[in-house]
Amino acid sequence: MRALAWHGKHDVRVDTVDDPEILNPRDAIIKVTSTAICGSDLHLYDGYIPTMMAGDILGHEFMGEVVETGPKSTLKKGQRVVVPFTMACGSCYHCGKHQYSACDNALPADNQDIAQELYGQPMSGLFGYSHMTGGYAGGQAEYVRVPFSDVGPIVIPDGIEDEKVLFLSDILPTGWMAAENAGIEPGDIVAVWGCGPVGLFAVQSAFLMGADRVIAIDHFPHRLELAKRFGAETINFEESATYEALMLMTGGIGPDAVIDAVGLEAHGFFVDNVIDQIKASTFLGTDRIHSIRQAILACRKGGRVSMPAVYGGFVDKFPLGAFMEKGLTLRTGQTHVQHYMPGLLNAIVEGKIDTTFLISHTLPLEEAPKGYQMFHDNQNEVTKVVLKPGLALAAE
Amino acid sequence: MVNDMGTREALASDDAPLVTAKHGTAAGQSDTVVASAVTINRPAAELYAFWRDFANLATFMENVERVDALDDTRSRWVVKAPAGKTVEWVSRVTEEAADRLIAWEAEADAEVPNSGRVEFRDAGARGTVVTATIAYDPPAGFIGKVVAKMFQREPAIQARRDLRRFKQLMETGEIATSARTLKQLEEQD
Ligand SMILES: NC(=O)c1ccc[n+]([C@@H]2O[C@H](COP(=O)([O-])OP(=O)(O)OC[C@H]3O[C@@H](n4cnc5c(N)ncnc54)[C@H](O)[C@@H]3O)[C@@H](O)[C@H]2O)c1
Ligand SMILES: [Zn+2]
Ligand SMILES: [Zn+2]
Repeated sequence: MRALAWHGKHDVRVDTVDDPEILNPRDAIIKVTSTAICGSDLHLYDGYIPTMMAGDILGHEFMGEVVETGPKSTLKKGQRVVVPFTMACGSCYHCGKHQYSACDNALPADNQDIAQELYGQPMSGLFGYSHMTGGYAGGQAEYVRVPFSDVGPIVIPDGIEDEKVLFLSDILPTGWMAAENAGIEPGDIVAVWGCGPVGLFAVQSAFLMGADRVIAIDHFPHRLELAKRFGAETINFEESATYEALMLMTGGIGPDAVIDAVGLEAHGFFVDNVIDQIKASTFLGTDRIHSIRQAILACRKGGRVSMPAVYGGFVDKFPLGAFMEKGLTLRTGQTHVQHYMPGLLNAIVEGKIDTTFLISHTLPLEEAPKGYQMFHDNQNEVTKVVLKPGLALAAE
Repeated sequence: MVNDMGTREALASDDAPLVTAKHGTAAGQSDTVVASAVTINRPAAELYAFWRDFANLATFMENVERVDALDDTRSRWVVKAPAGKTVEWVSRVTEEAADRLIAWEAEADAEVPNSGRVEFRDAGARGTVVTATIAYDPPAGFIGKVVAKMFQREPAIQARRDLRRFKQLMETGEIATSARTLKQLEEQD
């Protein structure tokens, strides 16, 4: 099959590799119809995520048709499914609590060591996202082996196009969980840092949860424009002083809840040698913790901080004093995608949530390297790139 | 023989398991002792029964090629060694209590003196806490290399990985792999 493989910093290629096979009873093989490039993929593209190996197949946002099933899979051939980017077994203690991204069993036993050393406990497995999260082949490919296919993928009713449901795989639930973690109460003013896909879905979700006003912060005019379309007020941090603007816009109180949807962005979180010497290695502070630092300072006393943004290692100058003195609450985590999928699918079917606005470019899988470059170089206009393995064939 | 991890010596000043002590060895002899605990979301009786059928151990213990039951308490362990070789010894159950405890020890003439103990403790809604403790007396030479491989660089890591695989098998019915093809899966073994 053809698949987008990582070969190094700013070097991704569409390679021909062996097709995936059913290896465990609960597996299914999915023929990918649509897959997206995520902001998180840019961290891989820029070479900042450790434990990547040349030839790793990328992609954690994908959907497609079931073409093969293991004896314990509950899926049927021909069904269309969206696959959650967090892999989860459905039967461990954490899955029982719907904390799917904390699943005990989705990471191969040997891969669990790295996270055990770095974080104290290993997390769930992720598709196409380095060997620390399992080393699983991702979905920017013609076919994917999907473990635990009896509990993860959600079946999509006929007649709903891919574009409407693809983002159930990650960014829509992530934006929704970000708003949920902000504990929004009616009348709240919510501030969102970052108007990428995650931030934009957090804006939509915050309004649906009863926020009175949402203030969106970014520096790309087009992305701020999209936030405005959903009713947000905007701050362009290159043109205005964010903290001062927020204070004036909230009558000096500060937002009731703040959401950091920026993340480590193009800044690495640690030096190499991480597998062998995790405990000894020096971790570089990410200067882009700017957004969470600013969010904590701006947040009103007793307010809530939600952090969907991804951080990986240690940081410098975290405003722990402000956090403690103001009595803030912080909630965060990789998204428990499986928990949110059914409700959000309903919201899409009922027309309460629109996801298609986000897609700025659709390309054949063969042009994936170009997609990465565009997404990397022009974030203002390129808001989301969707890749279609079938498209190249159709054009020929 | 391995100490019961839960039992504290009179002089201990805290409640932490003995093997976590920063000074001295828990077993009190020259043995290396490793212990690992995992919580498995299944009833103790089921986990005990699976483990007590020693042939099953090879399904989740990476370096154990085969365990053949010789009679009710004795079993022959065949363990992978470098260069495609194996080493073998006979183990004997020294203590057992249904659904709670199994302890075993290699017979006196074993090239690698070793003993082990696994305890199953009911943990209510969380399932069962499984604590495995393994003690061995690492010899020099070829066999020393075998032991080093069996327990890898850090013996605790190997025990932890084996217990994780046991948990995966019991909770999900399979052992997680990130291989994409059968060929890759075989290469990983
Ligand atoms: N928790 C999860 O499970 C999960 C899932 C998906 C993505 N993420 C993470 O969420 C974050 C956002 O993802 P995305 O796909 O929207 O990424 P993205 O890169 O498309 O968007 C980030 C946005 O933040 C803006 N930004 C940068 N610095 C800023 C600053 N100082 N103040 C305000 N805005 C700033 C950028 O201009 C950009 O528009 C990433 O860290 C990603 O890894 C987390
Ligand atoms: Zn993503
Ligand atoms: Zn689980």
